[in-house]
Amino acid sequence: MAEAAGPRPPAAALLSQATLDTIRTARQRYPSPRSAALPALWAVQDQLGHVPPDAMAEVAAALGIGAAEVEAVSTFYAMYFRRPLGRHFVQVCTNVSCALRGADSVVRHLEGRLGIADGGTSADGLVTLESTVECLGACGGAPALQVDRYSVEDCTPDILDAIVHRLRAGTATAAPGPGAGP
Amino acid sequence: MAARELRALTRYRGEPAVTTLAGYRRVGGYQHLRKALAMGPEAITAEVKASGLRGRGGAAFPTASKWGFLPVGVFPRYLCVNADESEPGCFKDRVLMEELPHQLLEGTLIAAFAIQASHAFIYVRGEYRAQRELLERCVAEAYANGLAGGDVCGSGWGCELIVHGGAGAYICGEETALLDSLEGLRGQPRLRPPFPAVRGLYGQPTVVNNVETLANLPYIVERGGAAYAALGTEASPGTRLFCVSGHVGRPGTFEVPMGTTSFRDLLELAGGVRAGHQLKAMQPGGGSMQVLGPQHLDLPLDFKAVADAGSSLGAGALVVMDETTCLVEVSMRLVDFYQHESCGKCVPCREGTYFESQLMHRLEAGLASADELRTLADICAHMDGRCFCPLGDTATWFVMSAYRMFPDEFQAHCGAGRCPVRAGAEAAA
Repeated sequence: MAEAAGPRPPAAALLSQATLDTIRTARQRYPSPRSAALPALWAVQDQLGHVPPDAMAEVAAALGIGAAEVEAVSTFYAMYFRRPLGRHFVQVCTNVSCALRGADSVVRHLEGRLGIADGGTSADGLVTLESTVECLGACGGAPALQVDRYSVEDCTPDILDAIVHRLRAGTATAAPGPGAGP
Repeated sequence: MAARELRALTRYRGEPAVTTLAGYRRVGGYQHLRKALAMGPEAITAEVKASGLRGRGGAAFPTASKWGFLPVGVFPRYLCVNADESEPGCFKDRVLMEELPHQLLEGTLIAAFAIQASHAFIYVRGEYRAQRELLERCVAEAYANGLAGGDVCGSGWGCELIVHGGAGAYICGEETALLDSLEGLRGQPRLRPPFPAVRGLYGQPTVVNNVETLANLPYIVERGGAAYAALGTEASPGTRLFCVSGHVGRPGTFEVPMGTTSFRDLLELAGGVRAGHQLKAMQPGGGSMQVLGPQHLDLPLDFKAVADAGSSLGAGALVVMDETTCLVEVSMRLVDFYQHESCGKCVPCREGTYFESQLMHRLEAGLASADELRTLADICAHMDGRCFCPLGDTATWFVMSAYRMFPDEFQAHCGAGRCPVRAGAEAAA
């Protein structure tokens, strides 16, 4: 498969050495370096919180493919954020199984407690709330949501209040309730 | 027959520390891989054929036949594990990855050996990040103990195990879109033929198998294909892990024998319809599949019986809806999902799901005219069977089946100014 020529390096580097190392390691895992595109974009987002258009050239150089190709990939997948979000991302599933068990009330409750509309970010930059998400695969614990990478199931108003409290107290990763991640 | 679970696939569920290599080995884990390595590829494939195992991702294609399409003597070959479970209502693969990750790896290695793959890629959907990281830890344990890498269990056969994270695209569960995504491209489906078995990942022969499909292999290797088949019926052999959600008392996953278990049994295992309510509708198979009603409760979980009723067991879900449910609203949510997830490659799907969604929102709000309802049916008729891949076809199946089963409910929304089901519920309250 023909690879595009590498782009010019950007003026100011956004990616840390650790991120570049992660991309390099990922490249070596696959029979074709291009396969490391998704892992590379995850590494970028883990470092920066989103995937800024300015980082495309650096990712492309690290993968040995064109910046436009990286851009094309990054814009296809819903979980790569083009703009900065809040420090924490709360995704509420509103697909059928969750909707049948009160997902809309979960969204309204969180909107009220956080003082933001669905899709918005709190003024202090702490939380982004989003309900346009794929089914989160937590239908057995509906209504369900994810706080960053942790799943919270059987969301009652008390659990939602506890989540908001923990986010504000800075202990967000200790998501309450069953189904919480490790 | 009273509802009962029959645990073959999930027999180690709940064993202490079974998510660690030590815990999984305590219950006999990786013995089946050793046995498989001694049996050789042809003998494994023969047992899988005898088991009658069919793909658990939704298409139900016989697993041994899928392997059998690989061209003789063409290497390298690849195995891809489809862990991109994204079907609305489906969460069984997540349960297997969370609770029995080493069993999945063992099944993956057995399949990789059977098809003589040099690499096995486990494609995990982006939303399952915690599960992906657990699998990565398990893969590291496997490498550290000689169960993966250059010389698996001292057999002389080598296989690299690579866990790959998706990033939020339902379409990547379609096997050729998964391959493009794994190659570092936008995840859009490829034209078939050539099928992945002939030209798949990096243009090489490739098998794509679902998580549950592969997690069955340790049992099949241990007990033999005939014993697995006998758990179910001749037409629907073995067991399946079903996900029951919605208006039930005890949502969750239940492993039941195929063919002899009915929807009523499955509903009973899940605690029945929630207290004080009656069944109105159910969706088997996941968000793509057609609606069934209370009249279908005694159907067995059998491929043909459900197909004859106009639906499918699909990816093994059952979403239960009681009498408070508005089928127009449910249809709207599913249509919105497909509109959001359409990859944009082909016109009927890209444009069709957009117009479907616009019309469903107007209908749900009681703003659509009877003419618009006819337009909706017309658009769906022009999508089904005319899209590049099944996503666009299935974006019409639930809504059209619900319209056929509940025509009055759909028509009552026309010009009503609001959802009549919700209005009725509020008046009764």
